[in-house]
Amino acid sequence: MSTPTDHTRTATAPSTAAPETSSPATRGARTGRILQLTGLSLGAVAFLFPFYYMVVGSLKKTTTGDVSGALPGGFTTANYRAINGAISLGRSLLNSGIVTGGVLLCTLVFGVLAGYALARLTFRGRGTVFATLLLVQTIPFQLLMLPLYALVVRNYGLGDSYLGMMLPFAINSTAVFLFRQFFLQLPASLFEAARIDGASELRILWTIALPMARPALLTGVLLTFIGPWNEFLWPFLVTKNTDMQPLAVSLAGFLSNLQGTVANPTGALLAGACVLALPVVALFLVFQRHFTHTNIDSGVKG
Amino acid sequence: MTLSHTNGPGRRGTSRIGALFAAPYVLFVLAVFAVPLGYTVWISFHRFYFTAPGAGVDSPWVGLSNYRDVFTDPVVGRAFLNILIFLVINVPLTVGLSLVLAAALNAKLPFRSFFRAAYYVPYVTASVALVAVWAFLFGSDGLVNHALGGLAPDPSWLVNTHLAMPMIAFFVTWKQLGFFVMLYLAALQNVSRELYEAAAVDGAGSVRRFFSITVPGVRPATTLVLIYAIITGANLFSEPYLLTGGGGPDHASVSPVLVMYQKGIEQGHPDFAAALGIVLMVFVLAISLLARKISERGE
Repeated sequence: MSTPTDHTRTATAPSTAAPETSSPATRGARTGRILQLTGLSLGAVAFLFPFYYMVVGSLKKTTTGDVSGALPGGFTTANYRAINGAISLGRSLLNSGIVTGGVLLCTLVFGVLAGYALARLTFRGRGTVFATLLLVQTIPFQLLMLPLYALVVRNYGLGDSYLGMMLPFAINSTAVFLFRQFFLQLPASLFEAARIDGASELRILWTIALPMARPALLTGVLLTFIGPWNEFLWPFLVTKNTDMQPLAVSLAGFLSNLQGTVANPTGALLAGACVLALPVVALFLVFQRHFTHTNIDSGVKG
Repeated sequence: MTLSHTNGPGRRGTSRIGALFAAPYVLFVLAVFAVPLGYTVWISFHRFYFTAPGAGVDSPWVGLSNYRDVFTDPVVGRAFLNILIFLVINVPLTVGLSLVLAAALNAKLPFRSFFRAAYYVPYVTASVALVAVWAFLFGSDGLVNHALGGLAPDPSWLVNTHLAMPMIAFFVTWKQLGFFVMLYLAALQNVSRELYEAAAVDGAGSVRRFFSITVPGVRPATTLVLIYAIITGANLFSEPYLLTGGGGPDHASVSPVLVMYQKGIEQGHPDFAAALGIVLMVFVLAISLLARKISERGE
């Protein structure tokens, strides 16, 4: 696995591939490059415009769909106060944070242990566990939602509880796979030397493997964070009590049936959407360097 | 990538500790996947109601009766037709756009990390937040209709029987594209650079090089894209539920998972929903295998 900055090879830019080409070809290459950049820029506008519109709409006194509604100006924070009053934003954010934090903690603790065992230890059934890990990543969770709902809410009585919301996501299989791949890449001699010195496996994991696996841990955190923070269906099923709902669920509730309760419902909804989107987008932008195709690639192979 | 390879066997003494380390994950998989899967199969063959724990309600064996209900339900038929509509729009758009974008982003470009981030942001953002903006953009009094003026569709995008499902397919394509761009970017690293240089020397233009080298070179990634698109289609819930207000006019944008929710939880027929879940799982497996066959043919 290589770092993202390694991927600067040019596969499709003719201009750098053949510096000795004659001048018409260079001109053609330059036109191609301009076309490429124009295309990419247009695409980027199409991808980013809804985010711009979300922010601008959330700051307008009256949020309207006409063209003036897309222009900046006349800003107010009233919508943020309105959504805060309608769905108690702080409480929802706290719930989202607790659920996401719990999932992160479980994935890091148990996922690292499992990843280490799969990469570095031999035990009976290791092949089966690994095959299951690959299989689990391809089973759509939604297909199991009804029996899970029956078990978690009806049989275990975990409705309206953080544990119930966390359970299906508690250990992220993709992250386990990622940790395993990373531990596999460390040199075997390192582990053998430590074992000969009589270090316990837990100690080897804690003092040798983990410090070296820090980039994988960060990627694991980023990958894992997105799921429970953005998840809608499962917490929607599990929570009836609005005090327990994470932000995605309370915002969806507002979208479906509470809009009449505020003066500028669209503005309030967009303000809530901004608050829901901000933590993940910020985290992603800050750690963008680590959140790259190489990691995604290793996460989905199989 | 090496999947089954391990560097050096651990000592024999490590065997118990390995099992111990893996145990929480194994328990998790049993609790969240294996047991519910078995339970779904069981429920799908019985008459089943949600009850409080300990309430003694019988769940008699009913054979294939739930499955018969699933196959004769017109809304279920509509839901599967909708997945097909979704796939017909989503798959070619996703494969085409993400491959072209990845090829462009793989070159040395100014602002390359900005472009990558731009395409990736919708993928990491919550559906609920993005649905809110799309509903505002494409509402009957939204920006898109204002811009189109007299050309705006009537009824508007999200409440139009013919447009509701295509809108969902476009929304999901837009939201997920960045993920597939990254997947293709990774696959492009494995395509030999010498091939491009040799082709350039032989006078092949960039379009020719794209179709003769890039497209076949990333075929395994294309299989993965196909399978992911199918799984996404089979999993649709938030978009039809929130974007098109509970499944669109006349179930125009209803999805199988949405039907499972409505039948199983809103209307109290979890047995029907369980049978539908099994049918959906078989459907996903069958189409995934078919996709793999098709895209690997000719290799």
